[in-house]
Amino acid sequence: MTEHSTKEHSELAEDFIKDEDRVDWHDETLWFIRQKRDKAAHQLPEWEALREAASQIKNNVLSNLHDYLLQFERNAVANGIEVHWAADAAEHNQIVQRLLNEANVVRMVKSKSMLTEECGLNEYLAKQGIEVIDSDLGERIVQLAEEPPSHIVLPCIHKKKEEIGEIFHQHLGIEAGISDPQFLTETARQHLREIFLTRRAALTGVNFAVAETGEFVVCTNEGNADMGAHLADIHIASMGIEKLIPKKKHLGVFLRLLTRSATGQPITTYSSHFRTPRDGTKIHVILVDNGRTVQLGRKDFRNSLKCIRCAACMNTCPVYRRSGGHSYHTAVAGPIGSILAPNLDMEKYADLPFASTLCGSCSNVCPVKIDIHEQLYKWRQVLVKNGYTPKAKKAGMQVMTWTLSSPSLYQAAGKVGRWVIKYAPFAVNNKLNPWHKQRDMPESPEWSFNVWYKQNRKNDEQ
Amino acid sequence: MKVGLFIPCYVDQFYPGAAIATLCLLEKLGVEVVYPPKQTCCGQPMANSGFEHLTGDCNELFVKNFAEFDYIVAPSGSCVLHIRDHLHDDKHPEAAKNISHRIYELTSFLIDVLKVENLPARFPHRVGLHQSCHGQRGLHISSMTELVAPEFSKPGSLLKMVADIDLVDLNRKDECCGFGGTFCVTEEAVSVKMGKDRVADHLKHDVSYITGVDMSCLMHMEGILKRQGSNVKVIHIAEILNAG
Amino acid sequence: MSSRENILAAVKVNQPERVPLPDISIFETGTKGSLQKFAAVLAGVGGKTDYVSDYEEIVRIIKAQYGCDVRIVSPLRELQELSHENLEDLALIHDLRDVEVAILNAHFAVAENGAVWITENEMRHRVLPFVTQHLAVIIKEGDIVPTMHHAYNLINTNTCGFGTFIAGPSKTADIEQSLVIGAHGPRSMTVFVIKDTNHDEGSSL
Repeated sequence: MTEHSTKEHSELAEDFIKDEDRVDWHDETLWFIRQKRDKAAHQLPEWEALREAASQIKNNVLSNLHDYLLQFERNAVANGIEVHWAADAAEHNQIVQRLLNEANVVRMVKSKSMLTEECGLNEYLAKQGIEVIDSDLGERIVQLAEEPPSHIVLPCIHKKKEEIGEIFHQHLGIEAGISDPQFLTETARQHLREIFLTRRAALTGVNFAVAETGEFVVCTNEGNADMGAHLADIHIASMGIEKLIPKKKHLGVFLRLLTRSATGQPITTYSSHFRTPRDGTKIHVILVDNGRTVQLGRKDFRNSLKCIRCAACMNTCPVYRRSGGHSYHTAVAGPIGSILAPNLDMEKYADLPFASTLCGSCSNVCPVKIDIHEQLYKWRQVLVKNGYTPKAKKAGMQVMTWTLSSPSLYQAAGKVGRWVIKYAPFAVNNKLNPWHKQRDMPESPEWSFNVWYKQNRKNDEQ
Repeated sequence: MKVGLFIPCYVDQFYPGAAIATLCLLEKLGVEVVYPPKQTCCGQPMANSGFEHLTGDCNELFVKNFAEFDYIVAPSGSCVLHIRDHLHDDKHPEAAKNISHRIYELTSFLIDVLKVENLPARFPHRVGLHQSCHGQRGLHISSMTELVAPEFSKPGSLLKMVADIDLVDLNRKDECCGFGGTFCVTEEAVSVKMGKDRVADHLKHDVSYITGVDMSCLMHMEGILKRQGSNVKVIHIAEILNAG
Repeated sequence: MSSRENILAAVKVNQPERVPLPDISIFETGTKGSLQKFAAVLAGVGGKTDYVSDYEEIVRIIKAQYGCDVRIVSPLRELQELSHENLEDLALIHDLRDVEVAILNAHFAVAENGAVWITENEMRHRVLPFVTQHLAVIIKEGDIVPTMHHAYNLINTNTCGFGTFIAGPSKTADIEQSLVIGAHGPRSMTVFVIKDTNHDEGSSL
């Protein structure tokens, strides 16, 4: 199954962390990518100015999205591209199915599209008897492993090469025990080359769509989007409505920021600009809403729609690195996922904004300056107000409020707390106290500062 | 100038030494310090848990206690950031606004307002400086490794004024320790793993002390150190700057 | 109402107040791209730069590297010695599946990231630069710009149906972050830089 878990982040994270060596490996791998990103950014003295420009361009896009959508549609259609609109995931999937049925296609090759993950496209089409093969190496691996991708740029970052070798042994017929990345990549190359050469339909994502010219850009390192699209009779490109940019020249800003932020490279190997279909073939662009217009109306959260899906926030997040993408039980994980997902389903994703220490590193690496950590804080207020908080926590918080609003109650509570830790440590040093599981409690001092001050200083003042 | 001393609740209750050092340090630097005895907490634990709407009374009490001062100084980046960003009082909106502009974390106050350039302090030990996130990224008390910008550190520059101190260079200069308020118990596994990794970085560099501007981070790391049976101690930066 | 109408209406109601676009001309500093920088960046991503005086030299290099027994294609008349194939005569683009080497012209190179810009006019068939096992691309020495901003100035009014920036050979690091050159696209990429016989002294090299 490639479905996500119904457990909460804290439970899934706890499972992930049980294997400490593995967590260290996962954490160090992603930290290394964060360092590559830093190195690339520091090579451009204008880096912060670029981020500011990208942020402002995206702010403009969100403020004029209606007209940009119409402009893009007009220009794309004039280019010979067919444009479709999908209100939600279900409609997107139905449109894809219809287009494939009309072309008599039952086998499709797909390059990376987080939107299609969000829509559950592969599962839907499988039920309709349509085979989808993911052509991005990482995505093909998790597809064979029947898991969802754990990272939006590096889909199988959670898998070790020995495990990948085993997956290829089981599904692609190579010998057991192979783990050499070169050999495994070559295996995938041969396997997928046959797929590219025999599939009449290809689906890609869209990194950027240009309103001014009606073209769209697809960025890959592997060349799989191009291999699929240029050999197919029908090319379907799925995009969220927020992926627009106003003018072609703005691609200069975004293409300079995207890959440096994502992996530390100056640009992806291929940045392909699709403007017209090849003679005798079709290009279909599907514009998808699926909750984006609702998020657009949320004043505190609409900036999350500026996201260009670089995953820099995931690579820098100390929580993500130690809990893994699957612990977020949603298509797009990590910090950005935690501010996007609650918009889709507050109940299901109420745990995500709390899976953070609000350290702020994510906001600093975001190439379009989304105030991620501030939105995490604000989502917490929204979720509590809407009742998505365990009753015990709510009661505890009310008690805390009364205590902290009354100086005498607060001092009394503090005194009791210190007394208990000192003279009845068993009351807190036990399984009921989550702090105590892996940490010692702080020592109990003789006096609080308040008491010390009263005894040592108050007299001086009087 | 009259400075109101704000002592975070957990410092008041569990680490009075840091509070005493803060008071003494400010007085040593010639500041008139007043400690309003009826203070409690900044309200952050509730707000960060999504219960900002319950912090009204807490805010009102804070404003009542601190409205009269030219500056308010606290040995905490996290609490100061919270007050700066979130202090509201419907009954006294102006006073609240004033406070949020005039509240300073200790090292910022020393560098930005008092413009301290030397200190009569001595601390002959190997020390690791933990960059608490809220102070660093929220209050800009030092530069951040994510940004392409000149390097600086207010706590760092103050520590460099201390005689005989041996400051180490960590592998990850500004990674979060994992305390995060109620996060430390609601996401216990991740919180502890983050703390263990931070501690390991300091241990790899053979420190005797871990310091920082926030006792909450240090309390979390101390809990891990003690569980590991380590001799490494945590100490609030005020105590180092006030030492010897 | 159709989904289109619904979505557009929802966008209109929910979008915030208009804010202006920033001026991005501030990023267009300098005019000359450095070939040295380009070559260094390209090498860093697994590609190669070869400085040549003329097409004959390219022919010699390709022959020496790949021999005569493999399928080499190029739309360039200057390279007819390497390939007699007429790319217009293709029955199916899939017939390009066993191309070993493809040699194409590119419009220009971008110094900051080792990329070259190629359109379908140069490719003849869009799949060619991807399906070939090895890709070689030719630029003139003076055809290099410093950054992507300069690049888009050059191609802003370009109306070709397909164009792409190619920076080196295809690659992946999906397996434990180990970089492997040669994913689904070409296994190698060489950029031939033809010396400009008319260039002035103070230029990009």
